[in-house]
Amino acid sequence: MDVFQKLTILSDAAKYDAACTSSGVTRGGSKGGLGSAQACGICHSFAGDGRCISLLKVLMTNICVFDCKYCVNRRTNETPRAAFTPRELADLTIQFYRRNYIEGLFLSSGVIQSPDYTCEQMIATLELLRGEYRFGGYIHAKAIPGADGALIERLGLLADRLSVNIELPSQESLKLLAPDKSKHSILQPMGLITSGIKENCTDLVKYRAAPKFAPAGQSTQMIIGATPDSDFKIMRLSQGLYRRFGLKRVFYSAYTPVQSDALLPATDTKPPLLREHRLYQADWLLRFYGFEAEELLDDAHENFNLFLDPKCNWAMNHMEHFPVEINSAPYETLLRVPGIGVRSAQRILVARRIGRLDYPSLKKIGVVLKRAVYFITCSGKLSDGLKITPEGAFRALISERCAAMLPSQQGDQLSLFATPELTREDVVKCLTGEM
Amino acid sequence: MPDGRDVVYLYDRTFDGLLCCVFESYVRHETPLAILPEDTPQLPLYAVREIVTTREGAQRVYLSLSKLGALANEMIEHAFLNGDAGKELAIFQYIRLGYRVGPRVSEMLGDGIVSRVHKLALAATHEAHLMTGFLRFSDYSGRLVAVVEPKHFILPLLQPHFCSRFSSEQFFIYDKAHGMALAYRPYEARIFPVDDLALPQADETELQFRRLWKQYFETIAIEARRNPLCQRSHMPKRFWKHLTEMQEHAPQKAPPSERLS
Repeated sequence: MDVFQKLTILSDAAKYDAACTSSGVTRGGSKGGLGSAQACGICHSFAGDGRCISLLKVLMTNICVFDCKYCVNRRTNETPRAAFTPRELADLTIQFYRRNYIEGLFLSSGVIQSPDYTCEQMIATLELLRGEYRFGGYIHAKAIPGADGALIERLGLLADRLSVNIELPSQESLKLLAPDKSKHSILQPMGLITSGIKENCTDLVKYRAAPKFAPAGQSTQMIIGATPDSDFKIMRLSQGLYRRFGLKRVFYSAYTPVQSDALLPATDTKPPLLREHRLYQADWLLRFYGFEAEELLDDAHENFNLFLDPKCNWAMNHMEHFPVEINSAPYETLLRVPGIGVRSAQRILVARRIGRLDYPSLKKIGVVLKRAVYFITCSGKLSDGLKITPEGAFRALISERCAAMLPSQQGDQLSLFATPELTREDVVKCLTGEM
Repeated sequence: MPDGRDVVYLYDRTFDGLLCCVFESYVRHETPLAILPEDTPQLPLYAVREIVTTREGAQRVYLSLSKLGALANEMIEHAFLNGDAGKELAIFQYIRLGYRVGPRVSEMLGDGIVSRVHKLALAATHEAHLMTGFLRFSDYSGRLVAVVEPKHFILPLLQPHFCSRFSSEQFFIYDKAHGMALAYRPYEARIFPVDDLALPQADETELQFRRLWKQYFETIAIEARRNPLCQRSHMPKRFWKHLTEMQEHAPQKAPPSERLS
């Protein structure tokens, strides 16, 4: 089998892994070496599904001894199998990198023979890249659940980012759908990586030349929509992962049926893209906007509002916090205003040191006034001619796409308090992302 | 400043030329209505003054810009790389405002002039950032060559990135839109004008890697999530012409300067 065929099979097998950012570490080029890294990450292309292509994302091999029901590479599935040799993969990575096609390599693998053996193959590839080729670009390696701690440590010294896929949001789902991967076999390497990173930070303070362990941190991924877990459960899990394991990112992958099984959704199920979108929006709120999962959802409201994004939904349900005075409110409060993002909030802080801000200045700064006017005052004054009503606010906050989802006979009677008449088909359409 | 007559300045499209416009306006106590490149085809009906670029004038103004602080200087330099018409007057007004208020100018984000210049600068740096990803090299006998057609003049912004990343390689980036090129070999770089570029025929190894990349690009998309609108909004069509993987999909226009030798 030549490299072309192997690449086709092994990139096709890797495409359901959502993580692909090349962010988290800045590293200049070295003399005699090839490659550098930028903390913001660089997108080299965008695939037909709209997702960013930043790394060469492949499996080392799609031969697998595990039998996870949702996975196209499961042992009992009839699919062409292939494996890269470390030299082939290193060569391919370097030649793509030289042509500026990629920022680096994203390497995962099916489990061939055993987790330890698989890890050793991956390490061999990375050692070729870092050692012989003096590759200074980005490497994201997946730690194989069940592999020995010493191998994970070696992997972390070669890669920039490590991840272990959590796969499913609850232990029950994991037992049902991926019986070979226990909760322990996933959380244990995650814990090892977290402590490895912490120890490395201390080492680096003591010895500046200490080798770096996973400098771009750790991330994980979970599949959304394969099991009946609620959004609240997922967000609480993500929050716990960020706090307890110090993860940099959690990725959510809308379940795309590739297998049929009695335990999985039907094969004609569309991927729940809107739900995935809401989860990412909530994830951003947790990481950058100072929200907690319990503020966004609770036991009575377990899933996200399909019509409003989580931040607007929170604002509409907590009008007692508004209006906020732009010229004096603290940063954390400004962040909670719909229409003010991180950049606008930072600019407001800078600009208001110089002089009082009014509505035209806010527009120049980049605040989305269409939304924000319902929630702010400038020097105590509301925007000219504005009348604050829940219906008006709701209409300003709802995106055009979601407004089109509402039944048309509602017309001017959009009300926050009366639930719009939705048919079951509408709800299904929302969940599956069809607009 | 009291304006005797309405006047329009013509300058030679260089940064030094723009600084001399600033110098001239202070010497003559006048404010131009517009600052246009000297090769502008349609000149307005106002009185026109051609500004001669002198080293001394440019130097004096450049040294005085240090009063505005590092961020303002960066904004001015990046805004000048922008390709939009009217950038010169915006930068001119920014400099004048800076002389009046000092380093605070870069913090007056609600002000119309400041906001305009910062947006010009951001557009240039943003395109440079996109281009670090969208630029594609081809290997011709060990030398890497790329062709780009940016809206703004971003070669100076690409230089530090690529010279650091490919410090051991020899590469050449041809900016077709501006007729300039960045050439690098270890460890020195140069930016200079280039009229035309004749690329040699790609050899079999190069063609093979292009095929591999295209195959990877096609395979990695998840069919059930296909979304051409999302793809286009992240990767504007104007970049597709020189993207290896979009060669069949790029807007068709015969590239006149690519001749196979």
